[in-house]
Amino acid sequence: MPLLEMINLSKTYGAETVVKHIDLRLDRGKILALMGPNGSGKTTLLRLAALLTNPTEGKIIFDGTDTECSEDKRRALRRRMSVVFQEPALFNMSVEDNISVGLSVRGVNERGIRARVSEVLTQMELVDLRRRRARTLSGGEAQRVSVARALATKPELLLLDEPTASSDPRNASIIERVVTESNADTGMTVLIATHNPHQARRLASETAFLFEGEIVETGSTSKLLESPEDGRTAAYVSGKMA
Amino acid sequence: MSGWDEIVAGMVKAVQLILAGDPTLIQIASLSIAVSGTATLLGALIGIPAGAIISLKEFRGKSLVVQVVNTLTGLPPVVVGLILYLFLSSSGPLGFLRLLYTPQAMMLAQLLMIVPITASITISSVSSVDPDVREAAASLGATPLSEGLIVLNEARLGLLTSVVVGFGSAISEVGAIMMVGGNLLGYTRALTTAIVLLTNQGEFAEAIALGIVLLFLAFLVNTLLTLLRNRFAGASPYAASILTGTSAPRDP
Repeated sequence: MPLLEMINLSKTYGAETVVKHIDLRLDRGKILALMGPNGSGKTTLLRLAALLTNPTEGKIIFDGTDTECSEDKRRALRRRMSVVFQEPALFNMSVEDNISVGLSVRGVNERGIRARVSEVLTQMELVDLRRRRARTLSGGEAQRVSVARALATKPELLLLDEPTASSDPRNASIIERVVTESNADTGMTVLIATHNPHQARRLASETAFLFEGEIVETGSTSKLLESPEDGRTAAYVSGKMA
Repeated sequence: MSGWDEIVAGMVKAVQLILAGDPTLIQIASLSIAVSGTATLLGALIGIPAGAIISLKEFRGKSLVVQVVNTLTGLPPVVVGLILYLFLSSSGPLGFLRLLYTPQAMMLAQLLMIVPITASITISSVSSVDPDVREAAASLGATPLSEGLIVLNEARLGLLTSVVVGFGSAISEVGAIMMVGGNLLGYTRALTTAIVLLTNQGEFAEAIALGIVLLFLAFLVNTLLTLLRNRFAGASPYAASILTGTSAPRDP
């Protein structure tokens, strides 16, 4: 049974349909990249997967449960996943307080919070920044905190929206390393939106190419990047599409 | 005496009254602080949650409610005083409370004026919090209450500003408290109402002296609130625990 399944999913804002009839299946323990140019609908698809918005049409099944349910049930499902947004969206508090929020709202006790925050700070190489106000961090550091905040709750599904878009190579490499390690060590399933084929190759075993709200092609990342079947995928991968 | 002479004489008199610890001055100033302080506190307790709920919830007629709250910030004090007077007078619907010409009636008048101000600033502050922050809280599995508290924490400077502005409005108010308080010496005479009375009696130096005391008190309280606001501008190491009702992590 897949952890996440999207069935004929569409999302319309006003007159514009930004996600069109998407069918996507993400098996437990996999890393799937959603690759596509800006404006292709990656962020909307991630927000739908994160249950932060409702589809106009279609269904999202999470671990066998239809997500079209009461808000309490959706919150319970949401607590099994974490999201890293393209903009870090950190709270105006210290780094460690930011990381502890997800645990606090789950009612984890002080000892548990302390231990987990400490683990994640070490994992993300943020120990020296723990007391810093989150809003004073650089873009890359802030995104590392955002990833740490997402990982602190040990999600079954991690949703990443262009997580290294504002990061320098060092910050990007830390984020990629931790995502890969977490997937390997805990079997955490990952759905990552990226416009970067190289990042898709480094992180994901499978990739779906999204173009103008539709999934054009899905397959193993190496095959999709090396011998794409669709002309649009080929144009994008070869850098001929903006 | 010319206007300048009155002002200088008023300043000298103010210093004399303060240094002498004039009991009437102390009583009047204490009443002003007690009434305005209580009204500000209650105004914050009502106005901030009300403003937060209006801002955070989506409901039919929301923009109309916001417009009404914003309009009420400009309530003329004499109108508030008149309506409250009619309610509290012995033949009014709240006459049985026997509050007319009491400090409680003065506090109530100020409260009616402060609540829209506090609520309006809260609505504006909460609305200007980055929507991504709210979505981040939701994505972390926050309940609507925790989500609201996280957003309020983000808007905390605005919330403290609402308290500062509310206090400023209360301590400087005169029309409404004059009508429902009656300006009774030793009981409901506040700094502002005393200034009006002294001015009417031609006691300009004393009126200016009280005006200076009033300004000094307002400055003092605003300085305290501003210090508090600056303190809150920094990240509290316990912010997350305050928000969520658990203890924050400390050094291992």
